[in-house]
Amino acid sequence: MSVASLTLVHARYSLIETLRIPIAVIGSLVFPALALLFFVVPQSAVAGNPEFATQAIISMSVFSVMIGSLFSFGLGIAESREKPWEPYLRTLPAPGITRVLAHILSTGLLGVVSLLPIILIGALFTSAEATPVQILVGFVAVAVSALPFMLLGMAIGYALPMKAAIAVIQVVFFALGFGGGLFLPPQLFPGWLDAASRFLPSRQARDFVIWAVQGGDITPLTWLGLIGWTVVLLALVLVLFRRDEGRRYR
Amino acid sequence: MTTLASLDNVTRSFGAVTAVDDVTLDIREGEMLGLLGPNGAGKTTVISMLQGRRRPTSGTVQIFGGNPVDAANRRLLGSTPQETALPDSLKVGEVIDFVGAHFADRRATAELADEFGVAQFLKRQVGALSGGQKRRLSVALAFVGNPRLVLLDEPTTGLDVDARHSLWATLRAQHERGATIVVTSHYLEEIEALAERVVVMARGRIIADDTLPGILGRVGQRLVRLETHEPDRVAALEGVSRREGEAYFVSDSDAFLVALVRSGIPFHDLTVRGATLEEAFLSLTDAVALDNATLEGAR
Repeated sequence: MSVASLTLVHARYSLIETLRIPIAVIGSLVFPALALLFFVVPQSAVAGNPEFATQAIISMSVFSVMIGSLFSFGLGIAESREKPWEPYLRTLPAPGITRVLAHILSTGLLGVVSLLPIILIGALFTSAEATPVQILVGFVAVAVSALPFMLLGMAIGYALPMKAAIAVIQVVFFALGFGGGLFLPPQLFPGWLDAASRFLPSRQARDFVIWAVQGGDITPLTWLGLIGWTVVLLALVLVLFRRDEGRRYR
Repeated sequence: MTTLASLDNVTRSFGAVTAVDDVTLDIREGEMLGLLGPNGAGKTTVISMLQGRRRPTSGTVQIFGGNPVDAANRRLLGSTPQETALPDSLKVGEVIDFVGAHFADRRATAELADEFGVAQFLKRQVGALSGGQKRRLSVALAFVGNPRLVLLDEPTTGLDVDARHSLWATLRAQHERGATIVVTSHYLEEIEALAERVVVMARGRIIADDTLPGILGRVGQRLVRLETHEPDRVAALEGVSRREGEAYFVSDSDAFLVALVRSGIPFHDLTVRGATLEEAFLSLTDAVALDNATLEGAR
Protein backbone atom coordinates (compact mmCIF):
# COMPACT_ATOMS: atom_id res chain seq x y z
CA MET A 1 0.00 0.00 0.00
CA SER A 2 1.52 3.30 -1.05
CA VAL A 3 1.81 6.31 1.21
CA ALA A 4 -0.40 8.33 -1.16
CA SER A 5 -3.28 5.86 -1.23
CA LEU A 6 -3.16 5.31 2.54
CA THR A 7 -3.11 9.08 3.07
CA LEU A 8 -6.29 9.41 1.04
CA VAL A 9 -7.93 6.55 2.96
CA HIS A 10 -7.10 8.13 6.32
CA ALA A 11 -8.21 11.59 5.16
CA ARG A 12 -11.45 10.22 3.77
CA TYR A 13 -12.56 8.43 6.94
CA SER A 14 -11.47 11.33 9.11
CA LEU A 15 -13.66 13.67 7.00
CA ILE A 16 -16.60 11.27 7.15
CA GLU A 17 -16.27 11.16 10.94
CA THR A 18 -16.17 14.95 11.25
CA LEU A 19 -19.00 15.63 8.82
CA ARG A 20 -21.35 13.23 10.61
CA ILE A 21 -21.25 15.71 13.52
CA PRO A 22 -21.57 18.92 11.45
CA ILE A 23 -21.96 21.24 14.46
CA ALA A 24 -18.24 20.74 15.10
CA VAL A 25 -17.47 22.51 11.82
CA ILE A 26 -19.71 25.50 12.47
CA GLY A 27 -17.55 27.02 15.22
CA SER A 28 -14.58 27.42 12.92
CA LEU A 29 -16.84 28.99 10.25
CA VAL A 30 -18.49 31.53 12.55
CA PHE A 31 -15.68 32.80 14.76
CA PRO A 32 -13.51 34.58 12.15
CA ALA A 33 -16.59 35.92 10.38
CA LEU A 34 -17.78 37.50 13.63
CA ALA A 35 -14.33 38.97 14.29
CA LEU A 36 -14.42 40.57 10.85
CA LEU A 37 -17.92 41.95 11.43
CA PHE A 38 -16.99 43.47 14.80
CA PHE A 39 -13.44 44.71 14.23
CA VAL A 40 -13.19 45.67 10.58
CA VAL A 41 -16.62 46.45 9.13
CA PRO A 42 -17.51 49.23 11.65
CA GLN A 43 -14.17 51.07 11.07
CA SER A 44 -14.90 53.22 8.04
CA ALA A 45 -11.23 54.27 7.70
CA VAL A 46 -10.34 50.66 6.94
CA ALA A 47 -13.59 49.33 5.50
CA GLY A 48 -13.95 52.29 3.14
CA ASN A 49 -10.43 52.13 1.66
CA PRO A 50 -10.14 49.40 -1.01
CA GLU A 51 -6.44 48.67 -0.38
CA PHE A 52 -6.66 48.58 3.44
CA ALA A 53 -9.95 46.70 3.39
CA THR A 54 -8.50 44.02 1.11
CA GLN A 55 -5.48 43.70 3.41
CA ALA A 56 -7.77 43.46 6.42
CA ILE A 57 -9.75 40.67 4.73
CA ILE A 58 -6.48 38.89 3.98
CA SER A 59 -5.25 39.34 7.55
CA MET A 60 -8.53 37.96 8.84
CA SER A 61 -8.33 34.99 6.42
CA VAL A 62 -4.81 34.18 7.59
CA PHE A 63 -5.95 34.61 11.19
CA SER A 64 -8.94 32.36 10.58
CA VAL A 65 -6.87 29.60 9.04
CA MET A 66 -4.21 29.98 11.72
CA ILE A 67 -6.64 29.72 14.61
CA GLY A 68 -8.48 26.87 12.91
CA SER A 69 -5.22 25.01 12.30
CA LEU A 70 -3.85 25.45 15.81
CA PHE A 71 -7.08 24.48 17.54
CA SER A 72 -8.38 21.71 15.33
CA PHE A 73 -4.98 20.09 14.80
CA GLY A 74 -3.64 20.65 18.30
CA LEU A 75 -6.77 19.76 20.24
CA GLY A 76 -7.90 17.11 17.76
CA ILE A 77 -4.62 15.22 18.06
CA ALA A 78 -4.25 15.73 21.83
CA GLU A 79 -7.81 14.43 22.26
CA SER A 80 -7.43 11.43 19.97
CA ARG A 81 -4.20 10.41 21.73
CA GLU A 82 -6.24 10.01 24.89
CA LYS A 83 -8.70 7.65 23.17
CA PRO A 84 -7.84 4.04 22.33
CA TRP A 85 -8.67 4.24 18.58
CA GLU A 86 -5.59 6.31 17.70
CA PRO A 87 -3.16 3.87 19.40
CA TYR A 88 -4.92 1.08 17.52
CA LEU A 89 -4.38 2.85 14.17
CA ARG A 90 -0.68 2.98 15.03
CA THR A 91 -0.58 -0.83 15.00
CA LEU A 92 -1.66 -0.86 11.33
CA PRO A 93 1.04 -0.92 8.65
CA ALA A 94 0.89 2.80 7.83
CA PRO A 95 3.98 5.01 8.31
CA GLY A 96 3.70 8.19 10.41
CA ILE A 97 3.81 10.49 7.39
CA THR A 98 0.42 9.14 6.19
CA ARG A 99 -1.25 10.18 9.46
CA VAL A 100 0.37 13.63 9.23
CA LEU A 101 -0.57 14.18 5.56
CA ALA A 102 -4.10 12.85 6.10
CA HIS A 103 -4.60 15.34 8.94
CA ILE A 104 -3.42 18.16 6.67
CA LEU A 105 -5.80 17.10 3.90
CA SER A 106 -8.93 16.54 5.99
CA THR A 107 -8.65 19.16 8.73
CA GLY A 108 -6.94 21.58 6.34
CA LEU A 109 -9.81 21.31 3.86
CA LEU A 110 -12.29 22.31 6.57
CA GLY A 111 -10.01 25.24 7.48
CA VAL A 112 -10.08 26.54 3.91
CA VAL A 113 -13.89 26.26 3.89
CA SER A 114 -13.93 28.63 6.87
CA LEU A 115 -12.61 31.35 4.51
CA LEU A 116 -15.86 31.46 2.54
CA PRO A 117 -17.88 33.58 5.02
CA ILE A 118 -14.96 36.01 5.37
CA ILE A 119 -14.75 36.60 1.66
CA LEU A 120 -18.51 36.94 1.46
CA ILE A 121 -18.64 39.53 4.27
CA GLY A 122 -15.66 41.36 2.76
CA ALA A 123 -17.35 41.61 -0.62
CA LEU A 124 -20.71 42.69 0.78
CA PHE A 125 -19.82 45.08 3.62
CA THR A 126 -16.41 46.59 2.80
CA SER A 127 -14.88 48.17 -0.25
CA ALA A 128 -12.30 45.39 -0.56
CA GLU A 129 -11.55 44.64 -4.18
CA ALA A 130 -10.34 41.46 -5.84
CA THR A 131 -11.05 39.76 -9.14
CA PRO A 132 -12.20 36.10 -9.14
CA VAL A 133 -8.70 35.11 -10.26
CA GLN A 134 -7.14 37.07 -7.39
CA ILE A 135 -9.53 35.38 -4.94
CA LEU A 136 -8.58 31.98 -6.31
CA VAL A 137 -4.86 32.79 -6.08
CA GLY A 138 -5.49 34.07 -2.57
CA PHE A 139 -7.12 30.77 -1.61
CA VAL A 140 -4.12 28.80 -2.81
CA ALA A 141 -1.72 31.20 -1.08
CA VAL A 142 -3.63 30.96 2.21
CA ALA A 143 -3.68 27.16 1.99
CA VAL A 144 0.08 27.03 1.35
CA SER A 145 0.95 29.55 4.04
CA ALA A 146 -1.24 27.66 6.53
CA LEU A 147 1.12 24.66 6.49
CA PRO A 148 3.36 25.94 9.32
CA PHE A 149 0.32 26.51 11.56
CA MET A 150 -1.12 23.08 10.85
CA LEU A 151 2.23 21.47 11.64
CA LEU A 152 2.65 23.65 14.74
CA GLY A 153 -0.81 22.54 15.92
CA MET A 154 0.15 18.91 15.31
CA ALA A 155 3.42 19.29 17.18
CA ILE A 156 1.55 20.74 20.17
CA GLY A 157 -1.02 17.93 19.95
CA TYR A 158 1.61 15.19 19.91
CA ALA A 159 3.75 16.82 22.61
CA LEU A 160 1.15 17.72 25.24
CA PRO A 161 -1.94 16.32 26.94
CA MET A 162 -5.24 17.98 26.05
CA LYS A 163 -5.52 20.50 28.88
CA ALA A 164 -1.94 21.70 28.52
CA ALA A 165 -2.46 21.90 24.74
CA ILE A 166 -5.43 24.29 25.18
CA ALA A 167 -3.35 26.67 27.31
CA VAL A 168 -0.33 26.60 25.00
CA ILE A 169 -2.45 27.11 21.87
CA GLN A 170 -4.20 30.14 23.37
CA VAL A 171 -0.88 31.81 24.13
CA VAL A 172 0.63 30.85 20.77
CA PHE A 173 -2.29 32.02 18.65
CA PHE A 174 -2.49 35.36 20.45
CA ALA A 175 1.26 35.94 20.17
CA LEU A 176 1.34 34.93 16.51
CA GLY A 177 -1.84 36.87 15.69
CA PHE A 178 -0.71 40.12 17.25
CA GLY A 179 2.99 39.74 16.44
CA GLY A 180 2.22 38.86 12.84
CA GLY A 181 0.14 41.99 12.26
CA LEU A 182 -3.14 40.14 11.91
CA PHE A 183 -4.99 42.26 14.52
CA LEU A 184 -3.21 45.59 14.02
CA PRO A 185 -1.62 46.25 10.64
CA PRO A 186 2.20 46.16 10.88
CA GLN A 187 2.35 49.70 9.45
CA LEU A 188 1.39 50.79 12.99
CA PHE A 189 4.24 48.77 14.59
CA PRO A 190 7.35 50.47 16.02
CA GLY A 191 10.49 49.68 14.00
CA TRP A 192 11.87 46.94 16.29
CA LEU A 193 8.55 45.09 16.43
CA ASP A 194 8.16 45.31 12.66
CA ALA A 195 11.65 43.82 12.22
CA ALA A 196 11.02 41.00 14.71
CA SER A 197 7.59 40.35 13.27
CA ARG A 198 9.08 39.44 9.88
CA PHE A 199 10.48 36.23 11.38
CA LEU A 200 7.07 35.01 12.52
CA PRO A 201 5.17 32.56 10.28
CA SER A 202 1.99 34.60 10.79
CA ARG A 203 3.61 37.78 9.39
CA GLN A 204 5.17 35.77 6.57
CA ALA A 205 1.81 34.19 5.75
CA ARG A 206 0.10 37.61 5.72
CA ASP A 207 2.74 39.22 3.51
CA PHE A 208 2.76 36.20 1.20
CA VAL A 209 -1.00 36.25 0.64
CA ILE A 210 -1.07 40.04 0.19
CA TRP A 211 1.67 39.68 -2.42
CA ALA A 212 -0.24 36.88 -4.14
CA VAL A 213 -3.48 38.90 -4.29
CA GLN A 214 -2.33 42.52 -4.65
CA GLY A 215 1.07 42.04 -6.25
CA GLY A 216 4.00 44.29 -5.28
CA ASP A 217 7.30 43.31 -3.69
CA ILE A 218 8.03 40.21 -1.65
CA THR A 219 11.15 39.93 0.48
CA PRO A 220 13.08 36.64 0.31
CA LEU A 221 12.63 36.40 4.09
CA THR A 222 8.89 35.91 3.54
CA TRP A 223 8.99 32.85 1.31
CA LEU A 224 12.23 31.43 2.66
CA GLY A 225 10.74 31.79 6.12
CA LEU A 226 7.57 29.92 5.18
CA ILE A 227 9.56 27.08 3.63
CA GLY A 228 11.91 27.00 6.62
CA TRP A 229 9.10 26.88 9.19
CA THR A 230 7.33 24.15 7.19
CA VAL A 231 10.41 21.94 6.90
CA VAL A 232 11.47 22.37 10.53
CA LEU A 233 7.97 21.82 11.91
CA LEU A 234 7.32 18.79 9.66
CA ALA A 235 10.52 17.19 10.92
CA LEU A 236 9.50 18.01 14.49
CA VAL A 237 6.02 16.49 14.02
CA LEU A 238 7.45 13.26 12.55
CA VAL A 239 9.88 12.94 15.45
CA LEU A 240 7.12 13.60 17.99
CA PHE A 241 4.80 11.12 16.23
CA ARG A 242 7.44 8.41 16.29
CA ARG A 243 8.28 9.11 19.91
CA ASP A 244 4.63 9.29 21.01
CA GLU A 245 3.30 6.39 23.08
CA GLY A 246 -0.11 7.83 23.87
CA ARG A 247 -1.16 9.56 27.05
CA ARG A 248 1.04 8.78 30.02
CA TYR A 249 -0.17 8.82 33.58
CA ARG A 250 2.05 8.90 36.61
CA MET B 1 9.67 -23.86 13.13
CA THR B 2 9.96 -20.25 12.03
CA THR B 3 10.10 -17.65 14.78
CA LEU B 4 7.58 -14.91 13.91
CA ALA B 5 8.27 -12.63 16.86
CA SER B 6 10.66 -12.46 19.74
CA LEU B 7 11.56 -10.53 22.85
CA ASP B 8 15.20 -10.74 23.86
CA ASN B 9 16.02 -9.66 27.44
CA VAL B 10 13.38 -6.97 27.20
CA THR B 11 12.79 -4.53 30.05
CA ARG B 12 10.31 -1.68 29.94
CA SER B 13 9.88 0.84 32.74
CA PHE B 14 7.44 3.69 33.20
CA GLY B 15 9.18 6.11 35.51
CA ALA B 16 9.95 4.16 38.67
CA VAL B 17 7.66 1.24 37.74
CA THR B 18 9.15 -1.71 35.87
CA ALA B 19 6.24 -3.11 33.83
CA VAL B 20 8.26 -5.74 32.00
CA ASP B 21 11.39 -7.09 33.65
CA ASP B 22 14.00 -8.91 31.56
CA VAL B 23 11.59 -10.99 29.46
CA THR B 24 12.82 -13.38 26.78
CA LEU B 25 10.17 -15.05 24.61
CA ASP B 26 9.94 -16.60 21.13
CA ILE B 27 6.63 -16.82 19.28
CA ARG B 28 6.77 -19.53 16.63
CA GLU B 29 4.74 -20.01 13.46
CA GLY B 30 1.51 -21.97 13.96
CA GLU B 31 1.30 -21.47 17.70
CA MET B 32 -1.78 -20.62 19.72
CA LEU B 33 -0.06 -18.98 22.66
CA GLY B 34 -1.84 -17.86 25.81
CA LEU B 35 -0.27 -15.09 27.88
CA LEU B 36 -1.78 -15.52 31.32
CA GLY B 37 -1.38 -13.32 34.35
CA PRO B 38 -3.20 -11.11 36.83
CA ASN B 39 -3.90 -7.44 36.03
CA GLY B 40 -0.70 -5.41 36.03
CA ALA B 41 1.50 -8.42 35.26
CA GLY B 42 2.92 -6.72 32.12
CA LYS B 43 0.93 -8.59 29.46
CA THR B 44 -0.39 -5.50 27.72
CA THR B 45 3.05 -3.86 27.74
CA VAL B 46 4.50 -6.96 26.04
CA ILE B 47 1.74 -6.82 23.40
CA SER B 48 2.15 -3.07 22.81
CA MET B 49 5.91 -3.50 22.28
CA LEU B 50 5.24 -6.25 19.71
CA GLN B 51 2.80 -3.84 18.00
CA GLY B 52 5.45 -1.11 17.82
CA ARG B 53 3.38 1.21 20.01
CA ARG B 54 5.94 1.20 22.79
CA ARG B 55 9.69 0.73 22.73
CA PRO B 56 11.63 -1.36 25.20
CA THR B 57 13.78 0.49 27.73
CA SER B 58 16.42 -2.16 27.06
CA GLY B 59 16.59 -5.39 25.06
CA THR B 60 15.33 -6.17 21.55
CA VAL B 61 11.81 -6.71 20.24
CA GLN B 62 11.38 -8.14 16.73
CA ILE B 63 8.49 -9.15 14.50
CA PHE B 64 9.08 -10.85 11.14
CA GLY B 65 12.79 -10.26 11.69
CA GLY B 66 12.56 -6.48 12.03
CA ASN B 67 11.70 -3.63 14.37
CA PRO B 68 7.90 -3.41 14.92
CA VAL B 69 8.18 0.40 15.12
CA ASP B 70 8.68 0.40 11.32
CA ALA B 71 5.33 0.17 9.54
CA ALA B 72 6.73 -2.12 6.84
CA ASN B 73 7.32 -4.87 9.42
CA ARG B 74 3.66 -4.76 10.46
CA ARG B 75 2.24 -5.76 7.05
CA LEU B 76 1.30 -9.25 8.27
CA LEU B 77 0.37 -8.30 11.83
CA GLY B 78 -3.24 -8.24 13.05
CA SER B 79 -4.22 -6.51 16.29
CA THR B 80 -7.27 -5.68 18.29
CA PRO B 81 -7.66 -2.80 20.73
CA GLN B 82 -7.94 -3.66 24.43
CA GLU B 83 -11.01 -1.54 25.12
CA THR B 84 -13.91 -1.03 22.76
CA ALA B 85 -12.25 1.86 21.00
CA LEU B 86 -14.09 2.11 17.72
CA PRO B 87 -15.11 5.49 16.23
CA ASP B 88 -18.83 5.77 16.99
CA SER B 89 -19.84 7.80 13.94
CA LEU B 90 -18.41 5.41 11.31
CA LYS B 91 -20.52 2.53 10.02
CA VAL B 92 -19.47 -1.05 10.71
CA GLY B 93 -18.69 -1.68 7.04
CA GLU B 94 -16.64 1.53 6.87
CA VAL B 95 -14.52 0.55 9.86
CA ILE B 96 -13.73 -2.84 8.30
CA ASP B 97 -12.92 -1.20 4.95
CA PHE B 98 -10.75 1.47 6.63
CA VAL B 99 -8.61 -1.10 8.42
CA GLY B 100 -8.68 -3.47 5.44
CA ALA B 101 -7.28 -0.75 3.15
CA HIS B 102 -3.92 -1.13 4.91
CA PHE B 103 -3.35 -4.70 3.77
CA ALA B 104 -2.28 -6.10 0.43
CA ASP B 105 -4.30 -9.31 0.74
CA ARG B 106 -7.50 -8.42 2.57
CA ARG B 107 -10.60 -10.43 3.39
CA ALA B 108 -13.90 -9.39 1.81
CA THR B 109 -15.91 -7.26 4.24
CA ALA B 110 -19.14 -9.29 4.01
CA GLU B 111 -17.36 -12.63 4.46
CA LEU B 112 -15.40 -11.46 7.52
CA ALA B 113 -18.48 -9.83 9.07
CA ASP B 114 -20.34 -13.08 8.59
CA GLU B 115 -17.66 -15.13 10.40
CA PHE B 116 -17.70 -12.79 13.38
CA GLY B 117 -21.47 -12.42 13.52
CA VAL B 118 -21.71 -8.73 12.64
CA ALA B 119 -23.00 -9.14 9.06
CA GLN B 120 -26.45 -7.73 9.83
CA PHE B 121 -24.94 -4.47 11.21
CA LEU B 122 -22.72 -3.47 8.26
CA LYS B 123 -24.81 -0.38 7.46
CA ARG B 124 -25.24 0.66 11.08
CA GLN B 125 -23.08 3.23 12.91
CA VAL B 126 -20.70 1.71 15.44
CA GLY B 127 -22.22 3.82 18.24
CA ALA B 128 -25.50 1.93 17.80
CA LEU B 129 -23.93 -1.48 18.55
CA SER B 130 -24.09 -3.23 21.92
CA GLY B 131 -20.90 -3.81 23.91
CA GLY B 132 -20.71 -7.43 22.78
CA GLN B 133 -21.22 -6.54 19.10
CA LYS B 134 -18.46 -3.90 19.33
CA ARG B 135 -16.13 -6.45 20.88
CA ARG B 136 -16.79 -8.93 18.04
CA LEU B 137 -16.13 -6.19 15.49
CA SER B 138 -12.89 -5.23 17.28
CA VAL B 139 -11.66 -8.81 17.16
CA ALA B 140 -12.74 -9.20 13.52
CA LEU B 141 -10.51 -6.20 12.63
CA ALA B 142 -7.45 -8.21 13.69
CA PHE B 143 -8.16 -10.73 10.91
CA VAL B 144 -9.16 -8.45 8.01
CA GLY B 145 -5.64 -8.41 6.49
CA ASN B 146 -5.09 -12.20 6.42
CA PRO B 147 -2.32 -11.77 9.02
CA ARG B 148 0.31 -14.38 9.79
CA LEU B 149 0.57 -13.18 13.40
CA VAL B 150 -2.41 -12.00 15.45
CA LEU B 151 -2.12 -10.32 18.86
CA LEU B 152 -5.33 -10.33 20.89
CA ASP B 153 -5.25 -8.40 24.15
CA GLU B 154 -8.10 -9.50 26.45
CA PRO B 155 -10.37 -10.32 23.47
CA THR B 156 -13.49 -11.29 25.40
CA THR B 157 -13.56 -8.60 28.11
CA GLY B 158 -17.15 -7.63 28.89
CA LEU B 159 -18.79 -10.49 26.98
CA ASP B 160 -21.40 -12.77 28.53
CA VAL B 161 -20.83 -16.52 28.68
CA ASP B 162 -22.54 -17.40 25.38
CA ALA B 163 -20.86 -14.64 23.44
CA ARG B 164 -17.49 -15.60 24.90
CA HIS B 165 -17.90 -19.24 23.87
CA SER B 166 -18.93 -18.35 20.32
CA LEU B 167 -15.96 -15.95 19.96
CA TRP B 168 -13.60 -18.68 21.20
CA ALA B 169 -14.99 -21.03 18.54
CA THR B 170 -14.40 -18.34 15.89
CA LEU B 171 -10.82 -17.82 17.09
CA ARG B 172 -10.09 -21.55 16.97
CA ALA B 173 -11.42 -21.62 13.40
CA GLN B 174 -9.14 -18.68 12.45
CA HIS B 175 -6.19 -20.54 13.98
CA GLU B 176 -7.04 -23.60 11.89
CA ARG B 177 -6.98 -21.39 8.79
CA GLY B 178 -3.31 -20.85 9.59
CA ALA B 179 -2.99 -17.73 11.76
CA THR B 180 -0.49 -17.76 14.63
CA ILE B 181 -2.35 -16.25 17.57
CA VAL B 182 -1.19 -14.74 20.85
CA VAL B 183 -4.01 -14.14 23.31
CA THR B 184 -3.69 -12.44 26.70
CA SER B 185 -6.13 -13.04 29.50
CA HIS B 186 -6.45 -13.10 33.22
CA TYR B 187 -9.08 -15.86 32.99
CA LEU B 188 -7.65 -19.35 33.28
CA GLU B 189 -10.83 -20.60 31.60
CA GLU B 190 -10.16 -18.52 28.51
CA ILE B 191 -6.56 -19.70 28.24
CA GLU B 192 -7.76 -23.27 28.74
CA ALA B 193 -10.26 -22.90 25.89
CA LEU B 194 -7.79 -21.39 23.42
CA ALA B 195 -4.12 -21.93 24.13
CA GLU B 196 -1.80 -24.79 23.31
CA ARG B 197 1.24 -23.17 24.91
CA VAL B 198 0.87 -21.01 28.01
CA VAL B 199 3.22 -18.31 29.27
CA VAL B 200 2.44 -17.09 32.77
CA MET B 201 3.52 -13.57 33.77
CA ALA B 202 3.54 -11.98 37.20
CA ARG B 203 5.08 -8.67 38.27
CA GLY B 204 6.66 -8.14 34.85
CA ARG B 205 8.42 -11.49 34.69
CA ILE B 206 7.71 -14.80 32.99
CA ILE B 207 7.22 -17.30 35.80
CA ALA B 208 6.17 -20.28 33.69
CA ASP B 209 6.29 -21.29 30.00
CA ASP B 210 4.79 -24.69 29.32
CA THR B 211 2.15 -26.68 27.45
CA LEU B 212 -1.45 -26.19 28.58
CA PRO B 213 -1.61 -29.48 30.53
CA GLY B 214 1.72 -28.68 32.18
CA ILE B 215 0.46 -25.29 33.37
CA LEU B 216 -2.90 -26.65 34.49
CA GLY B 217 -1.10 -29.15 36.68
CA ARG B 218 0.77 -26.32 38.32
CA VAL B 219 -1.92 -23.69 38.76
CA GLY B 220 -5.00 -25.91 39.07
CA GLN B 221 -4.69 -26.07 42.86
CA ARG B 222 -7.25 -26.79 45.55
CA LEU B 223 -7.49 -24.91 48.80
CA VAL B 224 -8.33 -26.96 51.90
CA ARG B 225 -9.36 -25.09 55.02
CA LEU B 226 -9.52 -26.86 58.38
CA GLU B 227 -8.92 -26.28 62.07
CA THR B 228 -6.42 -28.40 63.93
CA HIS B 229 -4.04 -28.26 66.90
CA GLU B 230 -1.22 -29.65 64.79
CA PRO B 231 -1.01 -27.43 61.67
CA ASP B 232 2.67 -28.21 61.12
CA ARG B 233 1.98 -31.94 60.82
CA VAL B 234 -0.84 -31.22 58.34
CA ALA B 235 1.46 -28.98 56.29
CA ALA B 236 4.04 -31.75 56.18
CA LEU B 237 1.60 -34.22 54.58
CA GLU B 238 2.33 -35.30 51.03
CA GLY B 239 1.00 -32.99 48.29
CA VAL B 240 0.76 -29.79 50.39
CA SER B 241 2.57 -27.04 48.49
CA ARG B 242 1.93 -24.14 50.84
CA ARG B 243 0.21 -23.21 54.09
CA GLU B 244 -1.37 -19.89 54.85
CA GLY B 245 -2.95 -19.76 58.33
CA GLU B 246 -5.67 -22.41 58.28
CA ALA B 247 -5.52 -22.80 54.49
CA TYR B 248 -3.48 -25.53 52.78
CA PHE B 249 -2.81 -25.55 49.03
CA VAL B 250 -2.82 -29.01 47.47
CA SER B 251 -2.82 -30.24 43.88
CA ASP B 252 -5.06 -33.27 44.55
CA SER B 253 -7.58 -32.69 47.34
CA ASP B 254 -8.90 -36.28 47.26
CA ALA B 255 -5.48 -37.76 47.84
CA PHE B 256 -4.80 -35.14 50.51
CA LEU B 257 -7.99 -36.02 52.42
CA VAL B 258 -7.15 -39.71 52.36
CA ALA B 259 -3.68 -38.91 53.70
CA LEU B 260 -5.12 -36.57 56.34
CA VAL B 261 -7.58 -39.12 57.65
CA ARG B 262 -4.93 -41.87 57.63
CA SER B 263 -2.51 -39.69 59.60
CA GLY B 264 -4.99 -39.59 62.48
CA ILE B 265 -4.41 -35.85 63.08
CA PRO B 266 -7.57 -34.48 64.71
CA PHE B 267 -9.32 -31.73 62.71
CA HIS B 268 -12.72 -30.07 62.32
CA ASP B 269 -14.60 -27.53 60.14
CA LEU B 270 -13.09 -28.77 56.86
CA THR B 271 -13.93 -27.06 53.55
CA VAL B 272 -12.45 -27.59 50.09
CA ARG B 273 -12.58 -25.20 47.15
CA GLY B 274 -10.62 -24.49 43.99
CA ALA B 275 -7.83 -21.97 44.51
CA THR B 276 -8.47 -18.73 42.62
CA LEU B 277 -6.06 -17.92 39.83
CA GLU B 278 -4.60 -15.15 41.98
CA GLU B 279 -3.82 -17.66 44.74
CA ALA B 280 -2.43 -20.13 42.25
CA PHE B 281 -0.18 -17.44 40.77
CA LEU B 282 1.05 -16.57 44.24
CA SER B 283 2.08 -20.14 44.90
CA LEU B 284 3.80 -20.26 41.49
CA THR B 285 5.71 -17.04 42.22
CA ASP B 286 6.67 -18.29 45.66
CA ALA B 287 7.90 -21.51 44.13
CA VAL B 288 10.08 -19.49 41.75
CA ALA B 289 11.42 -17.42 44.66
CA LEU B 290 12.11 -20.63 46.58
CA ASP B 291 13.92 -22.24 43.62
CA ASN B 292 16.08 -19.16 43.26
CA ALA B 293 16.85 -19.12 46.98
CA THR B 294 17.80 -22.80 46.85
CA LEU B 295 20.04 -22.15 43.87
CA GLU B 296 21.69 -19.23 45.65
CA GLY B 297 22.19 -21.40 48.73
CA ALA B 298 23.73 -24.19 46.70
CA ARG B 299 26.38 -21.89 45.25
